[in-house]
Amino acid sequence: MNPYRLLLHVDRLSMRFGGLMAIDDLSFDVHAGRITAVIGPNGAGKTTFFNCLTGFYRPTAGRVCLHHPQRGVLDLETLESHQVASQAQVVRTFQNVRLFPKMTVLENLIVAQHNRLQQASRFSLAGLIGLPGYRRAEAQAIEVAVDRLKRLNLIERADSVAGDLPYGMQRRIEIARALCVDPILLCLDEPAAGLNPRESAELNELLQSLVRDEGLAILLIEHDMNVVMNVSDHICVLNYGRKIAEGSPAEIRNNPHVIKAYLGEEEEDEDGAMKFPAESVP
Amino acid sequence: MALALQQLINGLTLGAVYGLIAIGYTMVYGIIGMINFAHGDIYMVSAFIAVTAFTLLASLGISSVPLALLTVLVMSVLFTSVYGWAVERTAYRPLRGSTRLAPLISAIGMSIFLQNMVQLTQGARVKPIPPVLVGGFDLLTVDGFTVHLAYSQLLIIVVTVALMTAFSYVIGRTSFGRQQRACEQDRTMTALLGINVDRTISLTFMLGAMLAAVAGVLVTVYYGVVDFYIGFVAGIKAFTAAVLGGIGSLPGAMLGGLLIGLIEAFWAAYLSPEYKDVATFSILILVLMFRPSGLLGRPEVEKV
Repeated sequence: MNPYRLLLHVDRLSMRFGGLMAIDDLSFDVHAGRITAVIGPNGAGKTTFFNCLTGFYRPTAGRVCLHHPQRGVLDLETLESHQVASQAQVVRTFQNVRLFPKMTVLENLIVAQHNRLQQASRFSLAGLIGLPGYRRAEAQAIEVAVDRLKRLNLIERADSVAGDLPYGMQRRIEIARALCVDPILLCLDEPAAGLNPRESAELNELLQSLVRDEGLAILLIEHDMNVVMNVSDHICVLNYGRKIAEGSPAEIRNNPHVIKAYLGEEEEDEDGAMKFPAESVP
Repeated sequence: MALALQQLINGLTLGAVYGLIAIGYTMVYGIIGMINFAHGDIYMVSAFIAVTAFTLLASLGISSVPLALLTVLVMSVLFTSVYGWAVERTAYRPLRGSTRLAPLISAIGMSIFLQNMVQLTQGARVKPIPPVLVGGFDLLTVDGFTVHLAYSQLLIIVVTVALMTAFSYVIGRTSFGRQQRACEQDRTMTALLGINVDRTISLTFMLGAMLAAVAGVLVTVYYGVVDFYIGFVAGIKAFTAAVLGGIGSLPGAMLGGLLIGLIEAFWAAYLSPEYKDVATFSILILVLMFRPSGLLGRPEVEKV
C-alpha cells in the first residue's frame, strides 16, 4: 500500500504535566523518504512531542519506536539525549537558532561529526600528538563539512563566527550542522519562523531535495502554511494534545475539524475551507 | 633594579602556579557555571600524593632526579585526576539541574571534606620532603645583591609554558576541545548532536585536576613542605586570578595568574610582606566591583 519504508512508529504516546495532558494518546507513522508535518494551534503539544522524541521528557505512557535500518527497533523514549543522535541517528533543531555562536561555521559542523572523530582521537591523546589516523579522520570531517556548506551556498562563510551571521543564514547553517550528524530522521521545529518569503522558498527546495536525493525522512513542525502545504507528503494535526486529523495536504486543507481548530467555531460556513490555505494561519 | 629583577623571577614562578590552578576554576565555570571551591583542595591532595611518591621513590633508592620528578609527576597527575572525577561524580552531578546555589554549597562541603580527610590520614603537621632540586643560576650581582634563579623556579616556568601551549592546542584544535567548547556554549544542543555531555564534564574536571596536580608537584619541589591547609589559600588566590582574567576565559586565567603572582611578589618586596594577601584580595573585591567580567572576559550583554 505504502511504498515507503516505515521509519518511526508513534504508539499511543501520552505526556502529562500534573493535570495537563500535553499529549493525549497520540499515534502516527513517519516513513523514510517523506516529509511529515505536525501542525496545530499554539499549545497543541507539537514541541512537547519533539521533546519526548529526543530524550528531554520521559513520556507518561506509550512508545516511540524507530525502525533503524541497521540497528533494529530502538525505543527513542528510553534513550538519553545524546544517544538519540549517536545511536538512533535522529537529530532535531529548535524554534530559536541554537548554533554555537562563538565558533566558526566550519567548527560548528565539525562538532556535529564528533563521534567519528572521537573514535579516531582516543580521548584526544592521538589528536594531541597528531597521529595519522586522527589527522585522516579530521580531514574527512572537514571534507564532509565543506561539502555540506557548498551545497547550501554557505562556503564563503565557513570561517565566519557563527553568531555574527544574519538570522536566515544561521537557520540554514543549523540544518547543515544537523545533516553532519548523518541523520536518518531530521526533526525541524519551525524552520521557517522568521524567514522572509525568498528564504522560505529556498527552505522548501532544500527540504525537498534532502528527501529526494538522500532518502532522509523529515518531521516538521511548522506554522507557515505555505511551507507545510507545499512540501509535506503527510500531515498530522494536533489540538490540545490529541490527533484530530491525518492525511495528505489536500485532505487536511478541507478537513472540517482542522478548520474548526484553527479558525474557531463559527457558523458552519462552507467558504471557511477555502480561505484557510491561502492566508497562512498564524 | 636587582631586587626588581629578583621579584620578577619570584613573581613569575608564583604566577605560573596560580595560572595552572586558575585554569581549573575557569574551565569548570565555563562548562557548568559553578565555582568549584574544592579545586584548591584537589591541588593540596596532589601535593600530598607527590610527597608520598617522593618518599616512596627515596625508599626504593631511586636517586636520579629527572626520573624521580617524572615518575612523581605522572603518579600525581593520574591519581589527582581520579580525585577530580570522583568529586564531580559524587558532589556535583547529582545536583545538576538543581538551583545554582546547591552545587556551590556542595563544593564548600567537598572542600572541607578533603581538608579533613588529609588532616586525619596524613596528620596536621607540616610535611617536609628531602630537597629534590637544589641550586640554581646566579644571574648577576649589583651592589652585593645577587639575582638568583633556582633550578626549581626554572622548572616551574618551563613546565608551565609547555603545558599551557599543549593545553591551548587541546582546547583549540582537538576533538575534545571542540566538544568542551560546544558544551560551554550550549549543553542541550551539544547533547542533541550526539555528544555525551556528562562525559565531557567529567573530562573537564579531570583535566583541571591534572593541571592542578602539576602545580602541586612543582610547588612541593619548590618549597619542600606541604600541609593540609595549603589548598585553601592557593585556591582562593587562583580563584582571584581567574576572576581578574575574566572567569570563563582560558587566556584570562593564565594572565590573571601571572598578574596575581607578580603583584604579590612586588608588594611583598616594596610595601609589606605581611599585607601581600590583603593586596590580592583587595584586587578580587575591586575587580568584582568595577569590572566583574575581568580583563579578558566579555561583559554579558543582555539581549531584549
